[in-house]
Amino acid sequence: MGMTVVEKILARASGLPSVKVGDVVEPQVDLAMSHENAALVINQFQEVFQGTGIEPKVWDPSRIAIIFDHRVPAESPKTATNHKKIRDFVKANGITKFHDVRGDVGGICHQILPEYGYVRPGFVVVGTDSHTTSHGALGAFSFGVGATEMASAWSLGIAVNIEVPATIKVVVKGEFPSMVGPKDLILHLIGQLTAQGANFKVLEFHGETIRKMSTSGRIAICNMSVEAGATSGIVPGDEETVRYLREEASVTDAITCISPDADATYVRTVEIDVSALVPQIACPHMVDNVKPIDQVLGTKIQQIVIGSCTNGRLDDLADAAAILRGKKVAEGTRMLVFPASSKIFAQALDKGYIHDFMRAGAVVMNSGCGPCLGVHEGALGDGESALSTTNRNFKGRMGNPTGFVYLCSPVVAAASAITGVITDPRTGA
Amino acid sequence: MSKVIIKLENDISTDDIYPGRFMATVLPTETPQFAFFDRTEFNAQLKAKAFPAGSIIVGGENFGCGSSREQACSTLKGHEVAVVAKSISRIFLQNSINLGLQVVICPSVEASEGDELEITADQVLNRTTGKAFEQVKLPAARKGIMDAGGLIPYTRARLMAKHA
Repeated sequence: MGMTVVEKILARASGLPSVKVGDVVEPQVDLAMSHENAALVINQFQEVFQGTGIEPKVWDPSRIAIIFDHRVPAESPKTATNHKKIRDFVKANGITKFHDVRGDVGGICHQILPEYGYVRPGFVVVGTDSHTTSHGALGAFSFGVGATEMASAWSLGIAVNIEVPATIKVVVKGEFPSMVGPKDLILHLIGQLTAQGANFKVLEFHGETIRKMSTSGRIAICNMSVEAGATSGIVPGDEETVRYLREEASVTDAITCISPDADATYVRTVEIDVSALVPQIACPHMVDNVKPIDQVLGTKIQQIVIGSCTNGRLDDLADAAAILRGKKVAEGTRMLVFPASSKIFAQALDKGYIHDFMRAGAVVMNSGCGPCLGVHEGALGDGESALSTTNRNFKGRMGNPTGFVYLCSPVVAAASAITGVITDPRTGA
Repeated sequence: MSKVIIKLENDISTDDIYPGRFMATVLPTETPQFAFFDRTEFNAQLKAKAFPAGSIIVGGENFGCGSSREQACSTLKGHEVAVVAKSISRIFLQNSINLGLQVVICPSVEASEGDELEITADQVLNRTTGKAFEQVKLPAARKGIMDAGGLIPYTRARLMAKHA
């Protein structure tokens, strides 16, 4: 019987000739990623070793990545002290894939991992962040875990007791119309599947539209696969994957892409034609409350956010800057821009996008998670609404339980910044 | 038998259970104070220890969706409550098992606030209405972790076996 991409990856990583849905396996972990919550992982890790007489050392310091992004620079003494505790641990354990609060190599974990070539097709990646699904964009099986599960991986080098998940095949065809792109596709798909439609399952993406899509777009769709409940999103590695890793991540060693078998078994196949897709908006307070833009046009917005691991890459900033160039952010609306990494920030500076944003009246912030999860900056006032290129709109998400968060693509956010209301970028109205 | 202390809607997110702005607090000893923080009255009751151990939170579909933050489980575990929900989001379920928070998946459960429930090996019995509901078994793959009393003792045992 044929295997899906994730089945092939799990078989390889578990040293088995083949696996099938429901099998319990213990794959070797190729990369284990954490951010600020490494503070809790360290706590749990030390507890594992307590009373064993074994020296608490991580299984392989070269396979652990720690990136500060959730609260950078630290917003409180508590966070700063967590950062300090993690820095000490990183040093003591010789962890090399460490990205501190820096303007040269800093950024959001889900951007740093691809950007530095830490993820390869066929890898098993675990991360203490639900959006670890992002790295499926490079053909890896990449999923979110809690801090204790990460402590277990740091101790043993394996993911313990993993049940091989079923896979939903998503076939995407057609060419995106102007001002419609990967974000609209994934929002539309989540609306169709619902927020739990892919719970315990993998979304494997296929079709001509995916093949032609840039790695940046693929990261956006895999990133948000978890919003349909998916364990992981995955795009089988192809020419674009190799191009990205070689040209943009400077990877020089061998890259092996893995495709599913022709007779692989899927629990379900979903087909989407994007040629008639319109801009999509996820409305408060659930990511699957997705509407075509015409149903929410004119909704007053107090805060526009462009950035995050979903849509803070150079192409996102380019698209938004092109709309804002020479225009002004509407009075009564504030606009925040967060490039996904320091590298992207520098590239956007060179290309003039940062100037475009600033001249329009946007505040450009350092790379990081920013207001996406409401812990750091850019909180909403009581009853205010945000229109954001981020990935979640749960009640309270942007730091205020009385706020409203709408999710959209970068071009919708940019067009709406000019008018102060949700605006169709195809018409500017 | 335990009382249903709150009945919640579908899609309760980890932001609802443990708001993001308290994520710098990580220790299981410190997280319980922020449980359902923005549900002010419920949070106050939890903090005042108004509910005996084993009291039950009833959820709908997709309980615990969203972030992988383990605080959402440790905060509930700290109050010694149990969760009975129609379905549970993957990471939250995994974290619950790893930390030893009692969670029960019961797709057809019908219960109101104040009802007395009994959780048996494979059913949820509503003693107030007299109705019985089947549970969905937790992932068999995780049984070893549950039997060990959580992922930390489980990993510790595996680690010691490796070094033996």
